[in-house]
Amino acid sequence: MEWEVVIGLETHTQLQTNTKIFSGASIKYGAEPNTQACEVSLALPGVLPVLNKEAVQCAIKFGLAIDAEIAPRSVFARKNYFYPDLPKGYQISQYELPVVGKGAVTIQVPAVGKNPAYEKVINITRAHLEEDAGKSVHGAVEGMSGIDLNRAGTPLLEIVTEPDMRSAAEAVAYAKKLHELVQWIGICDGNMQEGSFRCDVNVSVRPKGSDKLGTRREIKNLNSFKFMQQAIEYETRWQIGTLEDGGTIQQATVLFNPDTGETRAMRSKEEANDYRYFPDPDLLPLTITEADKAAVQATMPELAGAMKARFETQHGLSAYDANALTTSRELAAYFTATVDAGAEAKQAANWVMGSISAKLNAENQPISASPVSAANLAQLLKRIADNTISNNAAKQVFEVMWVGDSDVDAIIEKLGLKQVSDNGAIEAIIDEVLAANPAMVEEFKAGKEKAFNALVGQAMKASKGKANPAQVNEVLKRKLTG
Amino acid sequence: MALSIEDIKKIAHLARIEVSEQEASATLSKLSGILGLIEQMQAVDTAGIIPMSHSQDLSQRLRDDVISKTNQREAFQAIAPTLNNGSNEPAVADGLYLVPKVIE
Amino acid sequence: MINSSLKQLGEMLQAKTISSVELTQSFLDRIKQYNPSINAYIALNEAETLAQAKAADARLANGSAAPLTGIPIAQKDIFCAKGWTTTCGSKMLANFVAPYDAHVISQFDAAGAVNLGKTNMDEFAMGSSNETSYFGGVKNPWDFDRVPGGSSGGSAAAVAARLCAAATGTDTGGSIRQPASLCGFTGLKPTYGVVSRYGMIAFASSLDQAGPMAKSAEDCALMMNVMAGFDERDSTSLNREKEDYTRDLNKPLQGLRIGLPKEFFADGLDANVGKVIETAIAEYKKLGAELVDISLPNTGLSIPVYYVLAPAEASSNLSRYDGVRYGHRAESYTDLMDMYCKSRAEGFGAEVKRRILIGTYVLSAGYYDAYYLKAQQIRRLIAQDFEEAFKHCDVIMGPAAPSTAFKAGEKVDDPVAMYLQDIYTISTNLAGLPGMSVPAGFSNGLPVGLQIIGNYFDEARMLNVAHQYQQVTDWHSRMPEELK
Repeated sequence: MEWEVVIGLETHTQLQTNTKIFSGASIKYGAEPNTQACEVSLALPGVLPVLNKEAVQCAIKFGLAIDAEIAPRSVFARKNYFYPDLPKGYQISQYELPVVGKGAVTIQVPAVGKNPAYEKVINITRAHLEEDAGKSVHGAVEGMSGIDLNRAGTPLLEIVTEPDMRSAAEAVAYAKKLHELVQWIGICDGNMQEGSFRCDVNVSVRPKGSDKLGTRREIKNLNSFKFMQQAIEYETRWQIGTLEDGGTIQQATVLFNPDTGETRAMRSKEEANDYRYFPDPDLLPLTITEADKAAVQATMPELAGAMKARFETQHGLSAYDANALTTSRELAAYFTATVDAGAEAKQAANWVMGSISAKLNAENQPISASPVSAANLAQLLKRIADNTISNNAAKQVFEVMWVGDSDVDAIIEKLGLKQVSDNGAIEAIIDEVLAANPAMVEEFKAGKEKAFNALVGQAMKASKGKANPAQVNEVLKRKLTG
Repeated sequence: MALSIEDIKKIAHLARIEVSEQEASATLSKLSGILGLIEQMQAVDTAGIIPMSHSQDLSQRLRDDVISKTNQREAFQAIAPTLNNGSNEPAVADGLYLVPKVIE
Repeated sequence: MINSSLKQLGEMLQAKTISSVELTQSFLDRIKQYNPSINAYIALNEAETLAQAKAADARLANGSAAPLTGIPIAQKDIFCAKGWTTTCGSKMLANFVAPYDAHVISQFDAAGAVNLGKTNMDEFAMGSSNETSYFGGVKNPWDFDRVPGGSSGGSAAAVAARLCAAATGTDTGGSIRQPASLCGFTGLKPTYGVVSRYGMIAFASSLDQAGPMAKSAEDCALMMNVMAGFDERDSTSLNREKEDYTRDLNKPLQGLRIGLPKEFFADGLDANVGKVIETAIAEYKKLGAELVDISLPNTGLSIPVYYVLAPAEASSNLSRYDGVRYGHRAESYTDLMDMYCKSRAEGFGAEVKRRILIGTYVLSAGYYDAYYLKAQQIRRLIAQDFEEAFKHCDVIMGPAAPSTAFKAGEKVDDPVAMYLQDIYTISTNLAGLPGMSVPAGFSNGLPVGLQIIGNYFDEARMLNVAHQYQQVTDWHSRMPEELK
């Protein structure tokens, strides 16, 4: 039987605020245990929550970015369960009336083998505000767990998709796109190591062609795209294997073990949960007016999709290039600054995605870490455009710029890379080459096009690579055919 | 809706309150009485009535995103419970609250 | 002096005829004498109390005193007060020393009032007799065999026995007004949101409201001037302009329309209590008020609705008591689950556990709509009853409690009978309206309270209505002979 995997994601994005969602305690990562656990974070008797304005703004931004319904009235609810990292014994979340309703994200699924790349729209069911839990630390004292509540109360936006994805590749493409988006609009720092962006993946399988969903298992807390890919692939194989062996799938929460590449059901979640949601009486309904939305809209950057389209029309870039340049605001800004400083767009795109990205990727650095500024890159590209140097020479100059030298003209001078564009000089070189290679000239005249290229090579060699190749071509052609 | 001993045990577990067999049956009769009182509500037709969570029809006030809390770990951990199970030490170590091992 | 009003005490302090330290000491002496038998206070800290009195005397000396500066106030043990054990009447918090101040406590501090001690109460404010307190019952000062009412039983007894100048209480379903009725003094539950709940240990968040418990309406007004006010730390605190609750005390009552809900005078009301209330209302007629028959048809449903909503909220509010960060942790336990279940089983008393279980049940999967949602819908019907009634009257009057103080032990094993104590008070909590109980006479030697219910934010008018009555009656200044 042929099987189809059905995937939906729930992503917890930590919002980039200064303080917790319901108290004025800092959310800075990495503080000593419990030094950012204020009386509200600790759920001391009598404390009460007050909602952080910035967290609401972040939710509105996200809603606007995915063109979603933003609820004029949403409600905070208590999700009741006992866990040591959940100090109140309930999590304040949103249940029936979330702040962000239906929206959509368009993803680009890359080509794999013979399958070409394609676009797909992933529907967002909802996004709601909630508070994060604390952390359990193991191993400090034998047989005990240590509870650190610094993270308790950190604002989260939980973004839930429809079960729209049909492969691990689609799920990863969606997660990456969402990861780009939340950083693009500045609501999340995207730091996956620190847990700022965590995905729960719901996986089920069904016979291909069936429109009934299979029983799902939820893979919790995936904090890397690589693990997500591995976990979904393993889980899919496991579910198909189980069903083909005549077994059934039980709904479960599972953890992925990166060391073994396997998933396993969580023991603590075995019992059926009954969260007893009800509206939090300590908080009033959150209202968002058209004016509130307009105020946030005014602070929104141009979105990646719009910028991509603009790059295609304004700069004549391919969809592929435009997409690649709009994966982060910083990268797009670097490209734009390069063009604004006088570089030709297509060439700028090639260099940003070529030499620059290659160097940065090798060092695992963001564009902000590039030692070559956009202005300097533009200067370099201008020297190609005005025929001062060749493309190959530019690469040599770039290597020097990468290690810290920024004066393009001085580097060209120092390395002696300036092209020879003087017609007289070039004619002299070509005359010498023609005289020294009569056999090649004969071959060319006998119709062998290859000989022409060989003669160009000879001329370039004779000029020590400095002759302007276009001019060499032109003069040689004139002399051979004229 | 009649409650059973099993219901009592299930609710008590959800609420994380240990009940002995004896307590469960005593609780059953008291809770059944209270539920009997509550059942009076079912006679009321409430179709179309908007539930009332708060007495004032107001919106949530928003707080500026400004850090207003300082580190008070020492004061807060001074009131930590004792570890017990034979130890009179407070249930904290290295700034962490100690609980029996959490199994995931 | 123990019978002096807050205003008189303030004047004496200002005039230096007495110092705060002397005044405070005299109350501490009375507490030493009577508290062992009455059990109104469960935490005293004489050194801290006297230090506050001394600071108040300094303020009085340098001319920066406020109306309540130097006056000793009893605080219900539901309010966190920094450095004081704050137990909420529970074993769970028997050793809990609050590391911060409730808003109400800081308001009294700022006013220069003296914290005389923390008063006994039903555990987590769940009870109508003070018998659910881990620290034992409280005696009704009028008859030591009887209960003072609850849940603010300690504050009630302290006011009635003159063991404080005034006290604070909280009222979720009648916990200020029912004990005020049973102990014969004046108690006010303000409009929900007028007094901040920050630092007040939550029972049922959407119903809890703190208020004053004092001898007279005038005293309550002065207390309200301190307690009321916006607090940004409580999302349900109402951002309204500060008001002077004494401003209307002396207005005449000519033309006042008093609504008398027929449901408050029906079956279930003790006949003698009913007579006392009728006499009080006749007195209002003499003062120029007009009587209007009204109906609050859903009054009977207020108890079922309350016993869904309050336990539901409580079951969640009390989940934080898990023995992890503070409070009681089981003496011995095997694992995490065992620690939770034992800590909570040991730390909570029977009534609290019952309410947690009821609350857990009504919120659990499959029952939410039939119980919680239904109760919230009927809650609206109850609020609408009042809305309709206030179109025809200015205040509503009736009994605060269906009977006078009952004997200790009489209802403790019958929760349903105990719950019916709050039949006349609960509906105002559900609607969020202000209500008060005013001493209106005696039945068989036991006090009876007249309830006055006002429209939202009408506290000043209600205090006026009560004050005018207290100008022509002296029920509010009576105190038990044996305690004089």
